[in-house]
Amino acid sequence: MTRLTVMVDGVRYVDDVEPRTLLAHYLREKLGKTGTVVGCDTSNCGACTVHLDGRSVKSCSVFAVQVGGSEITTIEGLARDGQLHPMQQAFHDNHALQCGFCTPGMIMQAIDLLGDDPDPDEQSVRAGLEGNLCRCTATRTLCVPCLMPRRR
Amino acid sequence: MPCAWQITPDMKSPPAPPLAVDTVHCAGEGIAIVVARDAASAADAADAVEVDYDELTPVLDMEAALADGAPLVHPELGTNRNALWVFDSGEAGSGGDVEPAIRDAEIVIKRRFRQQRLIPAFMEPRSVVVDPTGEQLTMWSSTQIPHILKTMVALTLGLPEHKVRVIAPDVGGGFGGKLQVTPEEFLAVLVARRMGKPVKWTETRSESLLAVHHGRDQIQDLTLAARKDGTVTGLKVELMADMGAYLRIITSGIPILGAFMYCGIYKFRAYRFACTNVFTTKTPTDAYRGAGRPEATFAIERMMDELAAELGMDPLELRERNWIKHEEFPYPTVAGLTYDSGNYEAATAKAKELFDYDGLRAEQRRRREANEVVQLGIGISTYTEMCGLAPSRMLGALSYSAGGWENTSIRMLATGKVEVISGVSPHGQGHETVWSQIVADRLSVPFEDVEVLHGDTQSSSKGMDTYGSRSLAVGGIAVVKAVDKVIDKAKKMAAHLLECSEADIEFTHGKFTIKGTDRGVTIQEVAFAAFAAPNYPEGMEPSLDSEATFDPENFSFPHGTHLCVAKVDTETGWVRIRRYVCVDDIGTVVNPLIVEGQVHGGLAQGIAQALFEEAGYDEVGTLITSTLADYLMPSAADLDPERVAPCFPGATLTSASGAEFAGTVQIRLGPIALQYRGSGRFTETDQAAHRSVIKATGTAAGGQGTAAVTVQTSLVEDEAGTAVTVATDLTITGKPAQFGRGLIEDVSRKIIGQFADCLSASLGQAEGPRQQRRHRRSSASMMR
Repeated sequence: MTRLTVMVDGVRYVDDVEPRTLLAHYLREKLGKTGTVVGCDTSNCGACTVHLDGRSVKSCSVFAVQVGGSEITTIEGLARDGQLHPMQQAFHDNHALQCGFCTPGMIMQAIDLLGDDPDPDEQSVRAGLEGNLCRCTATRTLCVPCLMPRRR
Repeated sequence: MPCAWQITPDMKSPPAPPLAVDTVHCAGEGIAIVVARDAASAADAADAVEVDYDELTPVLDMEAALADGAPLVHPELGTNRNALWVFDSGEAGSGGDVEPAIRDAEIVIKRRFRQQRLIPAFMEPRSVVVDPTGEQLTMWSSTQIPHILKTMVALTLGLPEHKVRVIAPDVGGGFGGKLQVTPEEFLAVLVARRMGKPVKWTETRSESLLAVHHGRDQIQDLTLAARKDGTVTGLKVELMADMGAYLRIITSGIPILGAFMYCGIYKFRAYRFACTNVFTTKTPTDAYRGAGRPEATFAIERMMDELAAELGMDPLELRERNWIKHEEFPYPTVAGLTYDSGNYEAATAKAKELFDYDGLRAEQRRRREANEVVQLGIGISTYTEMCGLAPSRMLGALSYSAGGWENTSIRMLATGKVEVISGVSPHGQGHETVWSQIVADRLSVPFEDVEVLHGDTQSSSKGMDTYGSRSLAVGGIAVVKAVDKVIDKAKKMAAHLLECSEADIEFTHGKFTIKGTDRGVTIQEVAFAAFAAPNYPEGMEPSLDSEATFDPENFSFPHGTHLCVAKVDTETGWVRIRRYVCVDDIGTVVNPLIVEGQVHGGLAQGIAQALFEEAGYDEVGTLITSTLADYLMPSAADLDPERVAPCFPGATLTSASGAEFAGTVQIRLGPIALQYRGSGRFTETDQAAHRSVIKATGTAAGGQGTAAVTVQTSLVEDEAGTAVTVATDLTITGKPAQFGRGLIEDVSRKIIGQFADCLSASLGQAEGPRQQRRHRRSSASMMR
């Protein structure tokens, strides 16, 4: 067991974890943050994407012990004072989800994408979401929220 | 494990225990159970289990499996053949004999196609939790079919059905892959009961790809008979369908669903379909995205292309020569179904125009003649599909052991709020939204006042669940019928309260009024009166609640024409879709955003079957595509056509001359259906700068408000095509303005889109078929 101190969604946690524990499993099983979901075991699907010190990572590809001293934001930490994050709102407004399983990772990745390029064109959005799989629609409807800045 | 579809009386059905007994018949079959306190310990313990296998000869090839002396998957059956199922139009009386048609044909085309094996690969792997400690055994499962699962658990494990409760919470996709009762679900029940405490089982992705039933996997041998003028006279289909190692719930019936679709939208009158189901040592197959029907559509459409190529005819012209004309409906097909409606001419004409079919054919010819490295391939598919599964009597005639009805209950609460208890439950299809729209629309209550309950057999006691394009076409009608029963009861109650005859009551805008007066009571007032019940009619129960079960008399038959052009690099084999146009007639669109998402998902899957996906096995029968790194699902980056143009019914241009035009737009906004009738004009048209300004106003039918819109369009050429910018300013008054900005924006986008499509089609302005709509700005303002 290794002692881990980490900020998750604005709260400081101190836990003993097995070195082999993946960040995704730590978030879900230890902290109960089941908003972060696991869709594969090869880092292909992106459903488990969270922010590690402000950048998107696939939490199935990071050991929990690697994030000591860092700040993690999950889908559950995005809303503030009962107000959805603008990207959550954009997904909601544009029906950019169907079954919703890929959505937490998709939103976390979309926020990261706009952090790099606040006004991407559709091709950049598609490229930026390449590491996140969606079986329900997989295409344009997903990209619309990221194109919102261009519409304003 | 149960199989619910005995397709022939002599169908061979091997025993299918939830865990292998003595012999493992395919990779992915469970052999032992490990129970631990947490998932990591369970994985460690499972790793410690050592299995010593004696290897048997795998059976991987269907044709080899049927040969004399082939090794048998289940030696006790004496054969690898599960069943032979035949439909012959001559014998059925729905048409002639196919053999004379082939003998007398001027042209005979024979082809073999292979429908590769696919994996449903829903995003949420399966998971099940069983709590045996309460009065009822409670089971949470990521399933499409909570009601069927409950009944099957009761029947198979011998539990009293009323002591079992199944909850399907928010389910992360299914696509047919969760239309199953699985060994893992049954085992979880057995383990929980033995341990006397709750257990949870969740699969990994690799386990999911290996153990969830697969789809497709057929070899299709087709013989098409035709005349030299392109008229098709008959079709013979000889199918081999891979069952895998066991029969799951409807494994054997999946290819049979295709039997009714091989005639597609065409009129030929001689048809024979013979399907041999074969056992192999692979993962069992079962329902997946269309389940037998897309396979048939692919085959007949491909045969049409082959015949067109043979005759040197345009493949769309050849299809038109053979398809059912719109005035010929209802049309009894050679496969024994009756298609209710269709307009293949209109769908195809619209698709050709949006696609610029003639222009692309010309470009294709030019590239061929110039022998360019990058060539164009143009793909065509028309289709109709038997949807809305299913009329129970028809299922009965096919020996399927369950019905196809659907059930809805409505509870009118004391305060006028509404609970809808739905038998079908969504796993991404948006039932909550759409059911709420239907109820709010019909009952004239606010959209927010409707709650849809589903996916829990305790609240929703009856249902046949979600698959087979049935939710709206069957479940949605049950909702409508249940609402109408509420209105009927409320009308009686209202007449009693208003002390008038029921015949004098009319129900409009949520109020029961005495005709010709302003005296009335609202539906909410009636609901409270029925609850408090101080005074209600003789012979009536003091309740507005209702229940309806709808069993359709026929399938529904959506249809469409899809056109695709791909660039193919003849030196590297690189393929990229350049443009994809689909025009689908799916009847009434209740929610355009949901439909758009569903259509895109279907397109992605079809494109993926063509370009990316296949479940592959090695020579010893190990699945080699057992991770998402090997099984290639497309991402948004892989699906980047220049134009995806779905076309929804709704907008109609009634007249256009010069800069003036008039038309109607039909739109559903939450609970209300609106038809705007209006006119507009181009107030500014700058041909040189490719800029135009359109101003239009409209009035909603029934005095429900007005809409005024200014649309500024500009076109910018770049190397990728033409970028179209549409800036809109929409002002809406009246009832629809009650809805939030988000919904108005969604709808305004649709209205503008429909107008733009309609205008471009009729005026050649705003958005031509070769132009790419890349940016669309939209702003909306609201006034009450």
